[in-house]
Parts: sequence; C-alpha cells; structure tokens
Amino acid sequence: MPRLSIEEVEHVAWLARLRLSEAEKQRLTGDLNTILAHFERLQQLDTTGVEGTSHAVPMSNRYRDDEPRPSLPREEFLREAPDARDAFFVVPRIVET
Amino acid sequence: MSQLYELSARELRERIDRGEVSCQEVAEAHLRRCEAVDPHVCAFVTLTPEVALAQARRWDEARARGEPMPPLAGIPVALKDNFCTRGIRTTCSSKILGDWRPPYDATATELIHAAGGVLVGKTNLDEFAMGSSTENSGLFITHNPWNLDRVPGGSSGGSAAAVAARMVPLATGSDTGGSIRQPAALCGVVGLKPTYGRVSRYGLVAFASSLDQIGPFARDVADTALLLNTLARHDPRDNTSVPVETPDYLAALTGDIRGLRIGAPREYFAQGVDETVKAAVYAALDVFRDLGAKYEEISTPYAEYALPCYYIIAPAEASSNLARYDGVRYGLRSRHEADVISMFEWTRDEGFGREVKQRIMLGTYALSAGYYEAWYGKALQVRTLVKREMEQALEKYDVLVTPTGPSVAFPIGEKTDDPMAMKLQDVCTIPVSMAGTCAISVPCGFQDGLPIGLQIIGRPFEEATLLRVAHAYEQATEWHKRGPAI
Repeated sequence: MPRLSIEEVEHVAWLARLRLSEAEKQRLTGDLNTILAHFERLQQLDTTGVEGTSHAVPMSNRYRDDEPRPSLPREEFLREAPDARDAFFVVPRIVET
Repeated sequence: MSQLYELSARELRERIDRGEVSCQEVAEAHLRRCEAVDPHVCAFVTLTPEVALAQARRWDEARARGEPMPPLAGIPVALKDNFCTRGIRTTCSSKILGDWRPPYDATATELIHAAGGVLVGKTNLDEFAMGSSTENSGLFITHNPWNLDRVPGGSSGGSAAAVAARMVPLATGSDTGGSIRQPAALCGVVGLKPTYGRVSRYGLVAFASSLDQIGPFARDVADTALLLNTLARHDPRDNTSVPVETPDYLAALTGDIRGLRIGAPREYFAQGVDETVKAAVYAALDVFRDLGAKYEEISTPYAEYALPCYYIIAPAEASSNLARYDGVRYGLRSRHEADVISMFEWTRDEGFGREVKQRIMLGTYALSAGYYEAWYGKALQVRTLVKREMEQALEKYDVLVTPTGPSVAFPIGEKTDDPMAMKLQDVCTIPVSMAGTCAISVPCGFQDGLPIGLQIIGRPFEEATLLRVAHAYEQATEWHKRGPAI
C-alpha cells in the first residue's frame, strides 16, 4: 500500500468537514501512516469468497405497526439549538443573493 | 460496622428493606463519599445530588406507604456520560456537545429509574468513548483509585473508578472494543459486556453502531447480575435489540461449574501480555479445575487480526455517526461563521479532540473512493473470519478464558504519543466485540498493588453462564474483597 501524502490527508479532511491546522496535518499524516502500516497484515489474509459481516447478529428488517404516535415537542429540541427562530434552526447564509 | 458506601447494592437493599437505614441516608452517605474522594479521582463530569436526594426521598415515601419496592429502589447508580439523561447535561466528555441537555432519556436510563436506581451523577469517558485510558476526555483526566498516578482504563474509566473508589455500588458503561471490560480490569471491579442486541442502545450516543453495547459495573458478580436484570430488555425503539427472553441472572449464580469445558486460546497469552498477568490467569484456570471444570489450551489464529479489523470498522462507523455534529441543531457552534461550510469545519475543529479527529480521518479514508474495498471491505471479510473462529471455539467449549488486557494500569501519559500504543490495550477484548458475543472481566490478582483482570467469554445470549462461572470463581477467591486505600 502506498503511503498517504499530505495532499490525500487534506482531501480526506475536506470529505470529513474537518479544518486542520498545518501542524495537525503533519501529525495526522504521520499517525495515519503508522497505523495503516501496522494494519497492512490484513491485506495478507486470503478472503476470497468470504462474505463481509456488517452486523454481529443476523437480522432482517423488522417493521413496526404504522400507527401515528406523538413525537417530542419541537420547542424542547429548538431550546438546545445554538441559534433558532420560530420553528427553524438558523445557520449562516447558504445562497448568495 | 462498615460504612454504608462500602456495602454492596444487595446489602444496602437488605438494610433498607429491614428499615435499618433510609434511602435518603444511603444517598447522603454516597454523596459525601463523592465529595471526599472525587476531587482526587475525578470520576464524575456531573454530580446530581438534588436528583439523587429527590429520588431517594420518593422511595422512602413509597416504602412508608407500604408500596412495592422495585429491585434497585434506593440504590445509588452512576451513568457513563454518553447515556442520555432528560434535562441533565450529557457531554460524552466532548467540547462539541457543550452543555447539551437531552430532551429524552436513554432506554437504559429509563429502566434504571423505573427499577428505583438513585442517580448520583454522570461519569467521565474518553471523548465519544474513543480510547482506553480516559485520557482522551475533552474535559479532564480520571485517576485510578488504586494509584492516582495511573490511568483507570477506558473508555468507561469514570464509571469503573467511581465503583472502585466506593462512590457508587453500581454504574453503567458502554463497550465497543473493550470499554467496559478493560477499565473494570484496571480498577479491580467486575464489568460485563452483554451480547450485541441484549441491551437497548436507544439514547446511547452512537460511536460504532454495529459494536456498541451497554453493560454493568459492580464490585461483585451478584451486584453485576442485579444491574443486568434491569438493563436486559427488548426495546422496540432499538431495531438491533433482540427479542429474546431475559433470565433471572441472580438465580444463575448456583456456584456449580462441575463439568464445565473451558478453552484457553494461546494467542491471548502472547502479543506483549505481561508475565504476571499470564501467571494470574493460569492460576485462575487452576481454580476452575479445582472447582470441577476442565480446561484445554486451544488456538484461534485469526484473533490477532481482530485489532486491525476493528480499527478500520469502528472508525468507519464513527466517521459516519459523528457527521451529525455540525453546529446546527445542538451543542457547540464556532463563532467563525462566514458561510455554512466554514461554520461546520470550524465547529468540528474547535469541538473535537485529537483522538476523535484521528479516528474520523481514518474512518473517512477507509470508506473513501479508491480505498473502500482494500480497507473497509477487507475488514468486513476479516470480521467474518474472526467471528466464525470464535463461534467454532464456543461450540466446543462452554466458555473461553483469557486475560482482559495485556497489563495492569499504566502511568498517566505513558501511551499518549504513539498512535498504536494505546490501541494495543484492546488486543484481548476486541475479538469478542467483532464476534458480537458476551464477556465479563473479574479481578484475578495483583501486580505491585494494581489489579489484574480475567476475561471470561461466553456464547451469544448466555450471559447467565458467564455470571455463574465468574461467581463460582469469586466464591473460591478473595480478590474482590480488596479495595483501594483511598
């Protein structure tokens, strides 16, 4: 496996919406390469034809009855918002006018 | 006479039932103990004395009226601070949640309240449960009650330390890769990770959803069974909660393990496990043999691949779960908010600590285009091999016995620089998490005054067997009777 470059770290940080300082980028590049080098042995295992396990307990979809139930009051959620007005969460402008 | 805070939950309950002590006196004794020792241990993020006293008085009144007293009535309990508590700050020990007050209770919180548990407070953890020492808490470090210069383990370090330091007889934790069992071992208490699906995760702040599971801490096996009796319930609000019957775990403690077949997988005794730890676990195997069980050394060669496998899967799930922290709906919002994208990025920069950022990066990378198959896809396949191997071992043996971790509690600061050093703490606990089955850690010895943990692994949904085996061991040994000097 090729080593992760600092440009790739920047790209992954962008995907994850993480703003990283220069020092953090440097350190994370080193840390991630150390970790991935340690995990390289996963690649040596032959897993041909092995199905992946995404859940510990085999389960299919379960459905509940489609009955209306009350949800928690909107005000209780809006009370925790950093900025809220009327029935809305307020965020910085998204669209230029 | 022993101090009230030294008693087990069952002993407290007997005294309450006999009218020798009130629930209020029990609550006050534990709150005073917290005031006396928590400034040194730092187990609690939030203490809730008003809640505790109000709940205690309510059960005293119920008793005076002759009403039935549920199993935990008047018993002080601490919750790990990733359990939602309605109206009570829930931080996950992360700055990004700020002073968030959940508008609802986790199912586990509700069940404990309904069973009469008295909430003493919320305990410290590695931020979002990511870590093995509680040093990754975004708030402060918790100290091991046996030696304040050492870590309590993690991520449920606050709960383990609170129980060990006699601040509460019972506490809850969550275990994704060892976060109940490893701190239980390092603090010399009992900690049980139930089978995935046994306890509802509704209202447990998500870290890695295919692995997270809630479980109890206590100072002996019977108290652990008592709390599991309350927690283990099918819950329609968690679709991964499995509708299986809950036995009475206290009734499982028969003391009889004659004929029990034990497998001791040799891979768990390699990989940098301290000699003293190995010796303590081998000595425990002899105790089991003397009690009428049989043990054999076995080999589980895939177990050593569980750790890298876990550290791909858990961060991948975490990177997705933690995408919700964006400064819009709750918790922290950065003041840098020129536009919405930079507001997200600044909020996550200011709110998340170093380990959480590292895991989000690792997980996002493992899921990103071009690397998905090589890392995430591969890890899911290896998980199948690890799980299958454990299932096969548990077909032949009733339980597997291993060390809980490679060493006793290590000094604060010792493993924080190398990104792999801390992760290797989880080498013995992670295979169980990958298989989704249950395991318990019980004290099995000491090295330089620090506790050693014994891990017993059971078949899926056979927590009763684990508790029976652990209890038989406990009855034959004295380790659980020791407490830290604090």
